[in-house]
Amino acid sequence: MISASQRLWRTSPLTYLALVLAALFSIYPFYYMVVIGTRSLDSINDVPPPVTPGGAFGANFGRVLDNDAANFLTGLMNSIIVSSVVTISVVLTGSLAGFAFAKLRFRGRNILLLAIVVTMMIPTQMGIIPLWGMMQSLGWYDTLFAVTVPFLVSAFGVFMMRQYAAQAISDELIEAGRVDGASTFRIYWNIVLPALRPAAAVLGLLTFMETWNSFLWPYAILTPENPTLQVSLSFLSYAYYTDYSQVFAATAVGTLPLVLVFIVFGRQIIGGIMEGAVKS
Amino acid sequence: MSLSATTAPPSHVPPPPEDAPRRRGHLLNRLDLKYSPYLYIAPFFVLFGIFGLYPMLRTAWMSLHDWDMIGDRSFIGIDNYTELIADEYFWNALINTFGIFALSTVPQILLALFLANLLNRTLLRAKTFFRMAIFVPNVVSVAAVAIVFGMLFQREFGVVNWLLSFVGVDQVDWDGQRWSSWTAIATMVNWRWTGYNTLILLAGMQAIPKDLYEAASIDGAGPWRQFWQITIPMVRPTLIFVVILSTIGGMQLFTEPLLFGNGRIIGGDQREFQTLAMYMYEKGIENLNTAGYGAAVAWAIFMIIVLMSLLNFLLVRRSAK
Repeated sequence: MISASQRLWRTSPLTYLALVLAALFSIYPFYYMVVIGTRSLDSINDVPPPVTPGGAFGANFGRVLDNDAANFLTGLMNSIIVSSVVTISVVLTGSLAGFAFAKLRFRGRNILLLAIVVTMMIPTQMGIIPLWGMMQSLGWYDTLFAVTVPFLVSAFGVFMMRQYAAQAISDELIEAGRVDGASTFRIYWNIVLPALRPAAAVLGLLTFMETWNSFLWPYAILTPENPTLQVSLSFLSYAYYTDYSQVFAATAVGTLPLVLVFIVFGRQIIGGIMEGAVKS
Repeated sequence: MSLSATTAPPSHVPPPPEDAPRRRGHLLNRLDLKYSPYLYIAPFFVLFGIFGLYPMLRTAWMSLHDWDMIGDRSFIGIDNYTELIADEYFWNALINTFGIFALSTVPQILLALFLANLLNRTLLRAKTFFRMAIFVPNVVSVAAVAIVFGMLFQREFGVVNWLLSFVGVDQVDWDGQRWSSWTAIATMVNWRWTGYNTLILLAGMQAIPKDLYEAASIDGAGPWRQFWQITIPMVRPTLIFVVILSTIGGMQLFTEPLLFGNGRIIGGDQREFQTLAMYMYEKGIENLNTAGYGAAVAWAIFMIIVLMSLLNFLLVRRSAK
């Protein structure tokens, strides 16, 4: 016997067909990236287009490394540095402020929290022209400071940590810390931060991906001599648009680390995004 | 590495202070209770103020000037805006932006609704796999997406033209005309964002109480009717959120058309796919002596985003009645 609700939610083969098609459509461009990046250049002209990976990845990526115009390795290192620093800072400042908004009493708390929610809606990218001028006067043009410092805090990070702290940390726990004579910062460091770990991990992953992938601002303020990975990829693709194998080998190397991270932590990332959606 | 700070094991809270420094401890304690919250929220407000809010306001101020980033500036009131209204390249960019926006947002949200509805079946197998597979394009950088799709849409040996040849379509020169370049660029946007929107809508659908559906099915309503009469009205708030988010992103579209046109800021020989954000960049950063005019373009984009968000909100609200 199946119940009424089971009959209602029964899944037909057509549902699976549609989902499998959607999944294939999502995954195919990755596969294509690998196919072109591992084949020699002449197989690009094949009709029908090549469908299996080849063995020329080493040669293709070797051309990327020899290429002085794009500084791929510098870009890779810069992206690792910038993304790591931004991630650590967003998680720490976000959890500190989120903890204050969720668990501490202070004058102006609600209006300041509202201000943070409002700033989440502001397209700050529209401020890049004066920001560009500011970086010039600070002497930060073409330096990693320019792509790091403005992103050390995030309104989304503060809001997300506040939401999590409000429900995950009991007031008794904090009171117990106070009775033991711990300072507020000690309570944050020893009690709050460990309890916020699940949300901090999701925020960290999302921040890392966003920083790794950001384009417009690094493109505006960095040069091909000192690029981030994405900026390096763009210059590579302009300069060598006929050498697809080289560009695709570099693109694959720049993309696959994040895909691997996503395969390992995908469940948490998806959970974080869906929870965030319900709350906001 | 990035998470090491958060994985420190909770050490024991220190013992209460000794008797001697107790009085000083009291004072510190009171100061701590009263002022430390401000200290904790200060980093956000200080950095956001300097690098987020101030540049936005300064953009407005710059837009009222004839402003050369490395030279002179003079106040000219709203002259930049009157010039903007007569500027055919601005209108061209506006039309391109809205064209690509329509081609990306409408199919994307319909598809996301459809997929979210499929993923919402309770008895679905391999749920996590499907969710991850549909979301994974969002992990890829926009630059990588543009590079890969630029190749798929290549004229002579791109996969898209090869597939189209089976249905008798001649080789399309994707970056040569308006409609075709818009389609190619919108495809990139759709590929990267449909999965994200699917998950957001799915989260909204899962918050709908299941007994609503059971009651409807006892009353004899079929799945289609349940979708229109229960699911759609109940996910309306999530839908507004998704549409506004897509609007904010769509009006600032930059990377996909830039890389599709091989880095030319004018986007195609005849500016076929130059967007508003590209025009802002062309005027404000690529040509530093017209920074004031670029700032006017930026502020115009901002106003358009605000108006569109309000419009979305009103439309969706009205259709609720």
